Amino acid sequence: MVLVGVTGFIIGLVLTLQSRPTLIEFGAVSWMPNMVGISLVREIGPVITALICAGRIASGIGAELGSMRVTEQIDAMEVSGTNPFKYLVVTRILATTLMLPLLVVFGDLIALYGSALVENIKGQVSFQLYFNTVFDALSFGDLVPATIKSFFFGFVIGLVGCFKGYYSKKGTAGVGVAANTAVVMASLLVFVVDFIAVFVSDIFYEL
Amino acid sequence: MNSEQMGRNTSITQTQKKQNSLATSNGKAVIRMYDVHKSFGENHVLNGFNMELYEGENLVVMGKSGSGKSVMIKCLVGLMAPDSGYIEVMGKEISTLDRQTLDELRSDIGFLFQGSALYDSMTVRENLEFPMRRHKEKLGAVSDTTPQVLEALENVGLAHTMHLMPAELSGGMKRRIALARTLILKPKIILYDEPTSGLDPITAKEIIELMRSIQNKYGTSSLIITHDVDCARVISERMILLVDGINYAEGSYSQLSASKDAKVEAFFKK
Repeated sequence: MVLVGVTGFIIGLVLTLQSRPTLIEFGAVSWMPNMVGISLVREIGPVITALICAGRIASGIGAELGSMRVTEQIDAMEVSGTNPFKYLVVTRILATTLMLPLLVVFGDLIALYGSALVENIKGQVSFQLYFNTVFDALSFGDLVPATIKSFFFGFVIGLVGCFKGYYSKKGTAGVGVAANTAVVMASLLVFVVDFIAVFVSDIFYEL
Repeated sequence: MNSEQMGRNTSITQTQKKQNSLATSNGKAVIRMYDVHKSFGENHVLNGFNMELYEGENLVVMGKSGSGKSVMIKCLVGLMAPDSGYIEVMGKEISTLDRQTLDELRSDIGFLFQGSALYDSMTVRENLEFPMRRHKEKLGAVSDTTPQVLEALENVGLAHTMHLMPAELSGGMKRRIALARTLILKPKIILYDEPTSGLDPITAKEIIELMRSIQNKYGTSSLIITHDVDCARVISERMILLVDGINYAEGSYSQLSASKDAKVEAFFKK
């Protein structure tokens, strides 16, 4: 949560700082909240949060389950009559699927606050005016696809982490490989899912 | 027929006599494995392995590292499926069981893993309680598990470790806690996978003594997989030597240690 918060805050700051000169040049600085709000909610917020989670959570799950596989803890669970797939995999995938959208919302809000802070300092725009403009610019067509794809991002992150860890090969080297490949594959799949989500949402919502 | 084959056949004949006497004296076999094959690619680990474990018996299966001992024991509890062959545990053929029946059967089988396999994220108490969650019906409606956990820990002399994490325990303590976890469901059969590997001789001796006392107290049937000759000498009533995926020789420790067969002798050379 701290990681998502700090990253979101910095992205909000940087995006606004970098966009300001160009928008001023075209006399469009008043569009700053709209631009930042829409780009954060539709794309940057979900993708950046998913990438952070892919690095933090997919690798963590991969390493944890990989280590449990190597030390025969998963076999011990199976022998004790507990289905390790249900106990270890299903719970983790459910957790990532349900929690990632919440993290995205949290990250978006912090990023918007960072952006508003820059506008408040450099453009003398009040926080209230900034957020009113942002919420006026946003529609369900921005929020719904972004939220839905966040669920899929969470699902993919949990699935890849669990798959890599659960089926890691024997040995401590296998744990490292599981953690590493989980991050790489989860990050890649986040972009693939993002592409599919944008493609599909384009059919239902006019972007 | 060369001397090696003669030696082996002599051992097998002696074993068959012993088996027959055990079958008569100890009653039924609780585990039967016939003609079990298991390969990993071109590596044929089990090539028609046969084994019977009788009620109340301590059977030791010895073999070199990589000879398929652990594969065999995992096939027994359904952690691995053999390529072919017949495996029966307590009258039930493993390959025909559905998940629920297999889980119920597993409550009667204790498995001590080579590396203890304690759950890292749980305390000793939670480790012991874990198998109890799944088999409440076997244990009856018990709301407070403390007496059972304490009894299992007292059996292994580690009642004071109840609230410790596995990372805070030594290798020998972990093995004993794992044994306590194995005992918590009061199994009828206990499978030991290399129970003394990685332990110093004194701790290994303690574990062997513990295994004997548990066997005496609960009357369990024990299948012990090991390459530790001392462990086999102390605990075995009957031994099987697993070589090239088959039960190469069978018999008591004294019978096998006196064998002139080169492959059998190799196990007992100091």
